[in-house]
Amino acid sequence: MTEKKQIHLAAHFPGVNSTTVWTDPRSRSQIDFSSFEQLARTAERGKFDFFFLAEGLRLREHKGLIHDLDVVGRPESITVLNALAAVTERLGLAATVNATFNEPYELARRLATLDHLSGGRAAWNVVTSSDAFTGENFRRGGYLDRADRYTRAAEFVDTARELWDSWTPDGAPRPVSHDGRHFSVRGEFTVPRSPQGHPVVIQAGDSDEGREFAAASADVIFTRHGTLEAGRVFYADVKARLAAYGREPSDLKIMPGVTFVLGDTAADAQERAAEIRRQQVSPQNAILALEQIWGRDLSAYDPDGPLPDIDPDPESELVQGRVKIADPFAIAAKWRALAEAKGLSIRQTVIETTTRQSFVGTPQAVADELDEFVQTGAADGFILVPHLTPGGLDEFVDQVVPLLQERGAFRTEYTGTTLRSHLGLAEPVWKG
Amino acid sequence: MSATRPLHLSAEIGGPAHYDAAHYVSLARLAERGTLDFVTLSDTFARPGPDALAVLSRVAPATERIGLVPTVTTTHTEPFHVSAAVATLDWVSRGRAGWAVDVSTTEAEALLFGRRPAAPGDELWHEAREVADVAAKLWDSWEDDAEIRDTSTGRFIDRDKLHYVDFEGRTFSVRGPSIVPRPPQGHPVTVIDATSGAARAAAVRHADVALVRADDPTTARAVREEIRDRARAHGRDPDRLRVLAVLPVELHTTADAVGLAGLIGEWYEEGAADGLHLLPTDVERDLGFVVDGTVPLLQHRGLLRRFYPGATLREHLGLARPVNQYALAGEGS
Repeated sequence: MTEKKQIHLAAHFPGVNSTTVWTDPRSRSQIDFSSFEQLARTAERGKFDFFFLAEGLRLREHKGLIHDLDVVGRPESITVLNALAAVTERLGLAATVNATFNEPYELARRLATLDHLSGGRAAWNVVTSSDAFTGENFRRGGYLDRADRYTRAAEFVDTARELWDSWTPDGAPRPVSHDGRHFSVRGEFTVPRSPQGHPVVIQAGDSDEGREFAAASADVIFTRHGTLEAGRVFYADVKARLAAYGREPSDLKIMPGVTFVLGDTAADAQERAAEIRRQQVSPQNAILALEQIWGRDLSAYDPDGPLPDIDPDPESELVQGRVKIADPFAIAAKWRALAEAKGLSIRQTVIETTTRQSFVGTPQAVADELDEFVQTGAADGFILVPHLTPGGLDEFVDQVVPLLQERGAFRTEYTGTTLRSHLGLAEPVWKG
Repeated sequence: MSATRPLHLSAEIGGPAHYDAAHYVSLARLAERGTLDFVTLSDTFARPGPDALAVLSRVAPATERIGLVPTVTTTHTEPFHVSAAVATLDWVSRGRAGWAVDVSTTEAEALLFGRRPAAPGDELWHEAREVADVAAKLWDSWEDDAEIRDTSTGRFIDRDKLHYVDFEGRTFSVRGPSIVPRPPQGHPVTVIDATSGAARAAAVRHADVALVRADDPTTARAVREEIRDRARAHGRDPDRLRVLAVLPVELHTTADAVGLAGLIGEWYEEGAADGLHLLPTDVERDLGFVVDGTVPLLQHRGLLRRFYPGATLREHLGLARPVNQYALAGEGS
């Protein structure tokens, strides 16, 4: 019997955007440790590969004011994950940490410590950022040329790995001497090689540089390509880049971030999905979504009325701390056409254009679809983003995971103790 | 008769480097069995050892009452991250966090970062003062009731209760507000070893707990008075500052543990300090004797409590939860 390709699953703690529904009565604290503990325990009960935390370095702003319509505030990731290591046993623990506003020596040490204290379950999602807005909170200040983001990140990861490799197998530190374009690191690391050798490296950018960086350096890629067709194209593109770095396709796991809604019937699931989108797009959030495209103050418009006649302002500085909209005119034209064709209000248009949940259906249908993605080369697994804290993963773990297990596509027990073993990744060669 | 002035007892649990969680969990639990106010875990980039704040975060869910105080250095780290990490330790420990502020003075440490040359202690402690200042501002940058979850207006927070800190130091600036809501204790407890002059200047301004070193109770009492006077001169209430005398201990027998209880009693009766911070020579051995030998004697004499009456480190220390500096400013306007 041939072994079926295995699905990898990760749980994303609900974030600080409108995907997370805080108005639901079941929504609990985004900051109390109990919320993190509950979601992590649920993920471990479901035999997930890892638990994933995003990062915030500056609160978002809109029209020069702190954005107040979505969840705001979160704890520092690595500290939370160390605490979660005490209440979980096998679950991988992934922290998003920016390579621009940290230094390799300190971050490599914090990640190696997490790997030791968790018995080999640490992962680092490397992100880069270059905006002056975020930089206002940091010593190194604002600006890093966009082109330098990935060269800095790549050198950062290389330097971290030099440090992780620096102790001898019998436990003696050896001096590191790194002298590169972005970093100079000389001296001894304070931490011996950790249980995984190197914590798992995750990469989340989708640009060409981001893909190349992942192909060269990452163990997991966190993508946004949640549809079957886009997923296959992305998967083929990224996997094809690995050979140039002497790597096998299985050395890099491709895991799109996806949302899901379950129901007893297909119609029930669709209805629940529509209701969640209505919760996600409050009247206030509808105006805000519009302002993000238009780059203008549209607070005078009625969310239940028609779209504005005025055009977007492409030079707008209205929105800070979010990704810039590339072509606001094109989006505005599309939205107007849609609103006109269907007779939609502002809020209805935003709900209509809000990204649909990735997987909507009965547990059986969702399990089928997830498996199809993995068996047909669109993904190696998924990073599930629940819309509720902390109970948003319960139904998936109780209803979908058993079906994936039944069909032999997902583990029924953890077979190893480290995150690398869950992901089927080899231990890195000990260099130096 | 029970003491009118409580005796505070704490201990360092560092030593030769360990990298497994179980080692630190068992030491912290031992100290908790002895109802100590807190444990410290020292840290430096200059010698082998894990990240101390990470270790005590790992310890937090495995303990219930003991205060957790890692050393956090301010020279080669980012003030914004430092503030967020200490606040997060307070969240995951449900109000038991502190931080022992320290600086990195050596050339060897500077070379690990390659970002700035080594600098004299005075300069670095000036910067540490600024970091302590901005950390407190960032902890206050969210008022306690900033999260409103107001469905009728669609607002999760009342943004008028979030504050930019706009801090401009000599070597760094921070805009704020913090990414982390105000931690359970308001401000996690700031501990500073006030032995050197520059560190003492930081302690009188920013410490909730100042550690002092003295050979005898009389000297310790004089240092305590000096620190309290100087804190008062900076506009602080000296009763909101605890001065603990650092006491190196080496205990080989039960008789040594009894002797230590006698010594602690003497220091206490002389009014030398608000308590003692024990620095074990061999932490597993010495802390065992302290908890099973010294502590019961102190409890028997009514000098030390028998259980934790409070839940947070501030409560153990008898320190009030700080008023939010921005909330105050708001009321005044």
